[in-house]
Amino acid sequence: MKNSIRVGVLVGSTALLGSLAHADQWSDQFPHIKNTGDIAGECSYDSMSKKDYSGQKLTINTHAVPVMGEPTALHAEQFSALTGAEVNVIHTPAGDLYSKAMVPFQAGQAPYDIVFGFSNFIRDWKQYLQPVPAKYVNMAQMQDITQSHIDVNSWDGEMIQFPIDGDRHYLKYRRDVIDNPEYQAKYKAETGNELRIPQTWKEYAEMAAFFNGWDWDNDGELEYGSAEVMKKDDLMFAAFFSRSVAYSKNPRVKGGFFFDLETMEPLINGPGFVEALTDWVEATKYVPPGGINFGLGDEINSFGGGQTLFSFSWDDAFVKAMEDDSPIKNKVGAAPLPGATRVWNRDSGAWEQEFNQAPYIVWGWTAAVAKKSKNHDMAFDYLCFFANDANHQADIGIGRFGVNPFKKSDFVPEIYVERQGWDPEIAKQYADTLMEMEEGSTNRVFPLRVPGVFQFNSAVATGTSKALAGQLSPQEALDEVAAEWTKIVKRIGADTVREAYAIGVALEDAE
Amino acid sequence: MNFKHKYMFLLPGLLVLLGILIFPIGFTVRLSLSSWDSFYPGLDFIGIENYIRLFTDDLRFWEAFGRLSMLSLTTVFLQYVIGFSLALMVWKDIVFQRFFRVLFLIPMMTTPVIMTVIWRTVFHESLGPVNDFFNLFGMNPLWLSSEILAKFTVILVEVWQWTPFMFLLLLAGLLSLPKEPYLAASIDGAGPIRTFVYVTFPLMAPISIGAIIIRLIEASKIMDTVYVLTSGGPGTSTETSSFYIFIKGLREFQFGYSAALSLTYLIIMIISFTIIAKILVKLMVRGN
Repeated sequence: MKNSIRVGVLVGSTALLGSLAHADQWSDQFPHIKNTGDIAGECSYDSMSKKDYSGQKLTINTHAVPVMGEPTALHAEQFSALTGAEVNVIHTPAGDLYSKAMVPFQAGQAPYDIVFGFSNFIRDWKQYLQPVPAKYVNMAQMQDITQSHIDVNSWDGEMIQFPIDGDRHYLKYRRDVIDNPEYQAKYKAETGNELRIPQTWKEYAEMAAFFNGWDWDNDGELEYGSAEVMKKDDLMFAAFFSRSVAYSKNPRVKGGFFFDLETMEPLINGPGFVEALTDWVEATKYVPPGGINFGLGDEINSFGGGQTLFSFSWDDAFVKAMEDDSPIKNKVGAAPLPGATRVWNRDSGAWEQEFNQAPYIVWGWTAAVAKKSKNHDMAFDYLCFFANDANHQADIGIGRFGVNPFKKSDFVPEIYVERQGWDPEIAKQYADTLMEMEEGSTNRVFPLRVPGVFQFNSAVATGTSKALAGQLSPQEALDEVAAEWTKIVKRIGADTVREAYAIGVALEDAE
Repeated sequence: MNFKHKYMFLLPGLLVLLGILIFPIGFTVRLSLSSWDSFYPGLDFIGIENYIRLFTDDLRFWEAFGRLSMLSLTTVFLQYVIGFSLALMVWKDIVFQRFFRVLFLIPMMTTPVIMTVIWRTVFHESLGPVNDFFNLFGMNPLWLSSEILAKFTVILVEVWQWTPFMFLLLLAGLLSLPKEPYLAASIDGAGPIRTFVYVTFPLMAPISIGAIIIRLIEASKIMDTVYVLTSGGPGTSTETSSFYIFIKGLREFQFGYSAALSLTYLIIMIISFTIIAKILVKLMVRGN
């Protein structure tokens, strides 16, 4: 299986690389794709130019500029120039994307043909969305997408959302520190341990604490241990789950990570999650001043700007660090999320003393077509154009766009070396890390995708932020979250939540 | 005029009133008796279940309400003291009087959300200019991530933004005061402090009470500052009632429950402001 994937990737990447430096009429007209020119496909520039949507109007609700908002607007402009369509792009803050679409959905209206949002909205939104037609699902462009991102955008085997972005949490670190022999010796002398890419969250904490609050890169500024998304309600729950998977996702225990699928009892206050939250509370000591109030943007700027040794979350901080104007370009590395030396077994009710690591295939950006839209064909064509190979290759090189790898051909180091000037070793490490998470691991956790997902995540944000602020102990905080989850399950109905949750559990347990 | 014709003339106004005031409140009442959320959109009837949940199982709402009371009373008190002082300063003829009058109004004319984003940048603990200054003295105050300082920062931003409103009302009040009581006080030999305590302050009491109540009503809805500055954190230390209702309604999409929260909050506010107005009249109006 793995070999066939690698062969496929190789073939795809050869084709992609083959297109390098083939500037064409389309790249002359649209400089965004100057590195690759147009890449042949069902939704390429050339194909779209043969469509005529003159006199028709497409309305899109997307995120604010720049993350996802900027590429949406850019591709809308290109789509309009190619097809004659009038495209109206509305920008909405991340926190309001769900409700801005949901209110008209529930009222039976269709003010937007296309709605952008997060892939974990899928259960609440799916009855209002038009499934992706077979002709798009079967096209070559879609065959290049990794299975995990097909799964993320599908519900029970049917593709509901159109894959436009790939997301996962992984570790980012400063290579110029971790690989520095002088610091390795200093660290060994003072802690007795090896300075290396942290294998566990405990190692991560020890190293982050060691490199916290002094100028270790000699730029005249203080540096710190770690930048993390800790601000309440600002996606922090995802950071908490990333820290929890190593302690709580036991490959020998089936039947649910967030809930016990059989009883629908929350597992969120189990010892594994409590251990992770205890670590996280400790982390408040090695984040930059005010780090407890860092949202995703702060985390990207902090690590991407060279302020911290570590960071973990979506790709953006890494891509920003590797942009041409970054002071730390080619000084950063990517690695899987740290693991743990023990993992909780809820079946036996005991810790298993062995190394465990689990990727968190976190939700990310996606887009979908409203069922009540009168422009299904044009809307799907726009999304297909958005994610065509030429646009995608250009988009993933621009950190602020928020478009990250999700196609097998993205995991080819040469792309980043040739087009973005990355150090070959870093490019290989980056591609290998991402590919291993996508296709290699058999102990992955998928995001919670159940009815009322916002209620569950909001409860996690509230509880964990109370622990981070010192208002409650980790156990008390998670007990509070578990009690809240129990009430939510009761309100929505255990069977309803179970039915939806079972689909995610099936993905995890099938591995 | 025919009796019926009179009602015909009233009808357009009545319809507008029904449309923009009565209908939304009536719909909110109905919504609060339903379980409308992201999964069950619709006006089913669940009786007073949402209200029972609020009064028996939602400590967070009441904590947020306590926090809101503290924040709004503190900010309005500070706005009143500072606003009154500034108004007194530019009431009399001073150099650049017109310039100062306009200058003091500028914060109110800026967009609250944008200004809060700027304040957030200014108070950013590791990248903001305020801490650059404090770092010179070896200090690094956690303006947004310490439970106590985050409340202080919210208060500071609110006071900065809305003191001009208080200033404007009080200056208008001062400019409309009669001259005779001041002449009488001057003849009696009263100094500036006595004149303020026995003439200006009592004469300004009615307008002061009005200004305080208006600001209290506004401050009790404090939302944008908290949303942008702290998101209610760290923990829940700056979470106010309106922000909590926003979370339940538009983040978690529990429309039915957030309608119950809103109505309860409205009733509490009406009762509270009635009591506060009576207390202010007792305290500030001489002779009561």
